[in-house]
Amino acid sequence: MSAVLKAPLVVEFPFTRSLGPVQSAFLTGLRERVILGVKTRDGRTLVPPVEYDPVTAEEIRDLVHVGLTGTVTTWAWNHRPRRGQPLDTPFAWVLVRLDGADTALLHALDAPGPDAVHTGMRVRVRWAGERTGAITDIACFEPYDGEVSTVTVHAGEIDDPVTGIVAAARLDYTYSPGRAQTAYIHALSGRRTVGERCPSCRKVYVPPRGACPTCGVATSEQVEVGPRGTVTTFCIVNIKAKNLDIEVPYVYAHIALDGADLALHGRIGGIPYDEVRMGLRVEPVWTEGSPYPDHYRPTGEPDADYDTYKELL
Amino acid sequence: MTSAPRDREIAVVAFAQTDHRRTSEELSEVEMLMPVLHEVLDRTGLKTADIDFTCSGSSDYLAGRAFSFTLALDGVGAWPPISESHVEMDGAWALYEAWTKLLTGDADTALVYAYGKSSPGSVRDVLTRQLDPYYMAPLWPDSVALAALQAQALIDAGDTDEPVLAAVASRNREAATANAHAQLRGPVPQGDYLVQPLRTGDCPPIGDGAAAVILAAGDRARDLCARPARIRGIDHRIEAHGLGVRDLTDSPSTRLAAERAGVFERPVDTAELHAPFTAQEIVLRKALRLGDGVVVNPSGGALAANPIMAAGLIRIGEAAARIHHGRSDRALAHATSGPCLQQNLVAVLEGELR
Repeated sequence: MSAVLKAPLVVEFPFTRSLGPVQSAFLTGLRERVILGVKTRDGRTLVPPVEYDPVTAEEIRDLVHVGLTGTVTTWAWNHRPRRGQPLDTPFAWVLVRLDGADTALLHALDAPGPDAVHTGMRVRVRWAGERTGAITDIACFEPYDGEVSTVTVHAGEIDDPVTGIVAAARLDYTYSPGRAQTAYIHALSGRRTVGERCPSCRKVYVPPRGACPTCGVATSEQVEVGPRGTVTTFCIVNIKAKNLDIEVPYVYAHIALDGADLALHGRIGGIPYDEVRMGLRVEPVWTEGSPYPDHYRPTGEPDADYDTYKELL
Repeated sequence: MTSAPRDREIAVVAFAQTDHRRTSEELSEVEMLMPVLHEVLDRTGLKTADIDFTCSGSSDYLAGRAFSFTLALDGVGAWPPISESHVEMDGAWALYEAWTKLLTGDADTALVYAYGKSSPGSVRDVLTRQLDPYYMAPLWPDSVALAALQAQALIDAGDTDEPVLAAVASRNREAATANAHAQLRGPVPQGDYLVQPLRTGDCPPIGDGAAAVILAAGDRARDLCARPARIRGIDHRIEAHGLGVRDLTDSPSTRLAAERAGVFERPVDTAELHAPFTAQEIVLRKALRLGDGVVVNPSGGALAANPIMAAGLIRIGEAAARIHHGRSDRALAHATSGPCLQQNLVAVLEGELR
């Protein structure tokens, strides 16, 4: 049994999200250091405000100011802050009902320790130094024992409203390819291509994924295929891919390695792009240090008969 | 109308699950799943070709693999083309879809499966990506933090305290000693605070696993299983996504789903609750009005094994298996999704009286 292969995998994406009118007013307000709620028809004030009443689904647009001070409705002490969280020192997660609001907002509370936090305690907003119109414009809350704050700016008159946010998301994984693909990758490091045969239909899958997709059973019998193969179909690439140092036009092809029942794909080189054809016999070209063939080139053999690969198209 | 019409009785006829483990890094998802698919088919003697409808639940975000459910289909044997569907939810919701499909009469048998590999990523962070993207997700509040806010709300309301939560943890893991598939079996120290007031013992183990069930309608169910677990009712309900809008000490969505599924018509003898955090069992017991006579989580529940995306389906499978084996006559199964029991599914399963 080969050792488990592992590699770091980062999935990262900046999600660009547009805002509805209520969200836009709220986040624009944060940028300008005011907090807006939205009133429901039955008189409740929702903070953070939403576009539709969560109970009746009615469209709601009646914005009102609420306080920058409020009351903790529940809390949880975070001993070890994680990446992306509002503070990088231990803090309390809190739900805060701002003065004038009927619902609570999730955020962080900067406090010296869990003994300094309790449900019912009074807090106020601490603004971020740089504000862009995002929930993180509130840096956090902080303990507060003063008066209820008053608001002086009218958010409805703010120019240049925020219409969207960019929410960066990053997740880190450790990828491991599983039994069949691990064996395949290990074999490639010795410049051999090893597929797996289905015990039921006898087809040989390259690369193997551990299961025969037709029969739904595990493949386990390892079968060395190639190194030579046949171009079953191909396309001509005319647009240069980012970060890819290959001159266009070039040919990308499906290649059925000898002994395989599934075509894999690869680049065809060593022949003008407009001379590549179905049935062309090819072999892999390895470069020093690369874990897989750089490309495939013609072997010089006569083209394969269509009947020999028509099932592999 | 969410109770099955009398002329179309649908039952869980087989259930299988993997051993749930902290990591299954030596296996791909399909390699982990396939033995469970074979086991559940073997229990009924059915072949892939005999299955009228296949439905699965999983999430690409867990393992960071795009379109992983299409690769998982390799383990089913989807050629010639099968009638198939997928939900990016716990497999309990895949079962709900399959149940509706069988109700229509378009299918007599269904294979439902679910799998989750939490080991490649950091599941606490991964789960933040299901939150409201404007007001919550940018703060990266992890799953334990949100559950801790709910636990503190329950403590403040006088509904529970730390010793009671510790007792919930130990009772579930004690029950899991009888469950060979569970990841945590027997006593586990309550440990330090992870996010106060939740200690490590209040939180579910992180692990990989898969599960599958087969549903069958009418006479087919009787042919395939000596004592089918008939679905008397099943319903699911969701609450507002803003945590601060909800009363975290209660679960009105669970109560409503239970009402619609017929839970309160007659007492149940068994309940499999999908409560990954101890405090959530307190909320569910109250919402479902479970008395002392009800056996709760004989499997050990999600505190003993919590393969995300499969743990809810496993509750239905465990409840059904109790009926198959004659250890229950009327069982409740519950599945949850989202932070702090945001969305809840409740099913009532019954065996024919002996």
